[in-house]
Amino acid sequence: MKVFKLIFKNALRHKLRTSLTILGITIAIIAFGLLRTVVTIWYSTVDATMANRLITRQSVSFIFPLPFAYKDKIQSVPGVANVCGAVWFQGVYKDKSNFFARIAADDNIFEVYPEFLLSKEEFNVYKKQRNACVVGASIAKQYNFKIGDQIVLEGDIFPGRWEFEVRGIYQPKNKNTDATQMIFHLDYLNERMKAETPARANQVFWYMVQIDNPNRSAQISNQIDAMFKNSTAETKTETEKAFTQGFISASGAIITAMNWMSFMIIGIILLVVANTMIMSARERTREYAVFKTLGFSALHLTGLILGESMLIACLGGGIGLALTFPVVSGFEQAMPKGFFPFFFIEPITIALAVIATLLVGLLAAIFPIQRALGTKIVDGFRFVG
Amino acid sequence: MSAIIQVKNLSKSYWRNSLEIPVLHDITLDVQEGEFLALMGPSGSGKTTLLNLIAGIDRPTNGEVTVAGTDIAKLGESALAKWRSSNVGFVFQFYNLIPVLTAFENVELPLLLTKLSKSERRKHVEATLNIVGLGDRMAHYPKQLSGGQEQRVAIARAIVTDPVILVADEPTGDLDRKSAEEILTLIDRLNKEFKKTVIVVTHDPHAAEKASRKLHLDKGDLV
Repeated sequence: MKVFKLIFKNALRHKLRTSLTILGITIAIIAFGLLRTVVTIWYSTVDATMANRLITRQSVSFIFPLPFAYKDKIQSVPGVANVCGAVWFQGVYKDKSNFFARIAADDNIFEVYPEFLLSKEEFNVYKKQRNACVVGASIAKQYNFKIGDQIVLEGDIFPGRWEFEVRGIYQPKNKNTDATQMIFHLDYLNERMKAETPARANQVFWYMVQIDNPNRSAQISNQIDAMFKNSTAETKTETEKAFTQGFISASGAIITAMNWMSFMIIGIILLVVANTMIMSARERTREYAVFKTLGFSALHLTGLILGESMLIACLGGGIGLALTFPVVSGFEQAMPKGFFPFFFIEPITIALAVIATLLVGLLAAIFPIQRALGTKIVDGFRFVG
Repeated sequence: MSAIIQVKNLSKSYWRNSLEIPVLHDITLDVQEGEFLALMGPSGSGKTTLLNLIAGIDRPTNGEVTVAGTDIAKLGESALAKWRSSNVGFVFQFYNLIPVLTAFENVELPLLLTKLSKSERRKHVEATLNIVGLGDRMAHYPKQLSGGQEQRVAIARAIVTDPVILVADEPTGDLDRKSAEEILTLIDRLNKEFKKTVIVVTHDPHAAEKASRKLHLDKGDLV
């Protein structure tokens, strides 16, 4: 007989209680994994930003436009490598629930965003065709877009029927690169604005500014904003990271609450496992006295109790972690299409779940171990549970 | 015969809050190697406490307990645990078997602390269970055994490491007359045939009849 067998037999002594405890841990780890995934995905949009990119927008809000004329002026600032104007087009594709970012941008967007991998051939075709668009691999897969397909959008910010032809599909360079965008020519939008709504022509919502040296981002930002001080459209330039953080800060309180909740779940399950272990240890007070009488040392008893606690925690944690993957996948399916630009379990979430499982197993055993070791043999034999 | 157990000026008190409750007063006794000693006395006389002190599962307030040359009162906790594992076999009134382990596994428990291999442990356990007459009950769990059989498993567990002394606290206290007789015969056999030094605590005169010497305790004193 091995000690592990004894640990296993002890753990299964009260099958219902152990099963319910394991089930509790399983559910807690799934909930933890799901919440952490949402939180980390939310913040990974910030992590996906590049240090050498700045965003210049109207100082009041990015919904107010900036003139085309700013582009050359920004480009003239020392240290600026590339400037790309962009407009948030929005629009509706078939149904409002089909949400994905639609952006009109200058053609150098693929230079400013090198993590959007587009083949040279596709880019050349895209460049030549007025109503061409490029879509991210994720939405291409999701909506089954292929090269040559027509995409018709019903404009809302820019009213009317807008027809596009898919001429490229960009691949994400990194796991957290947003591959859910549809990009088309800013000129195409602008030409139609000139013809239909001249007052809205020659404008962008923001400029994406690529700089040579990320260490000079503050200085360059100040220089850009200084150029447009006291103009009708004063600018606010900040790093892409700060811009994205500002974007998600509206949801900050909810995300913070989810973050806290994920750890509170672990705290609750710690109490559940600790309660199970305390009950088990209390019931076995006489048995521990027997073990001590037979010559089992404090280390042996610690191993028995800790082993049982770890076994229960690891079984629950392991099952929970294994089920987290299909649950997260199901959650993604249940969410409106394109709600998250990408949705996957980050390695840090898995690591945290494993650490939480081990910590629960360890901490839940502390009090029972202390009690078992602290009880004298003779008191153990007198104990009536 | 030489004294394998020497108890000198042994006293034991328990404390309840700040109140001292003396249990044993200045006990001195020798137990010879191979002796079968019965400790008798009414409830509360201190006989179980004396047995616990000799077996090293309790600490004296004053005095010495020397077993096979070792003053066990001076051993630290882990040294004392190690000493118990190889020197003392303990039989309890309520058997105290581990319910999730089979008879074989219960008897094997003390051997897990030795360096014996699995096959050696198996040989020892099988031989010991055969001695107590339970060779055919090895795979049975305690709840599948009668009280007498459980106590025989407990005796097998107590002797499997071939300890220097075998101590038994009311070993027949929870058994019917027939089973009690079988257990007493088995203990007597272990003493006579296997030359084990045995100390039995009992308040049953019939149980004490098997012993070669009887000592009476009353209110913590040997009388």
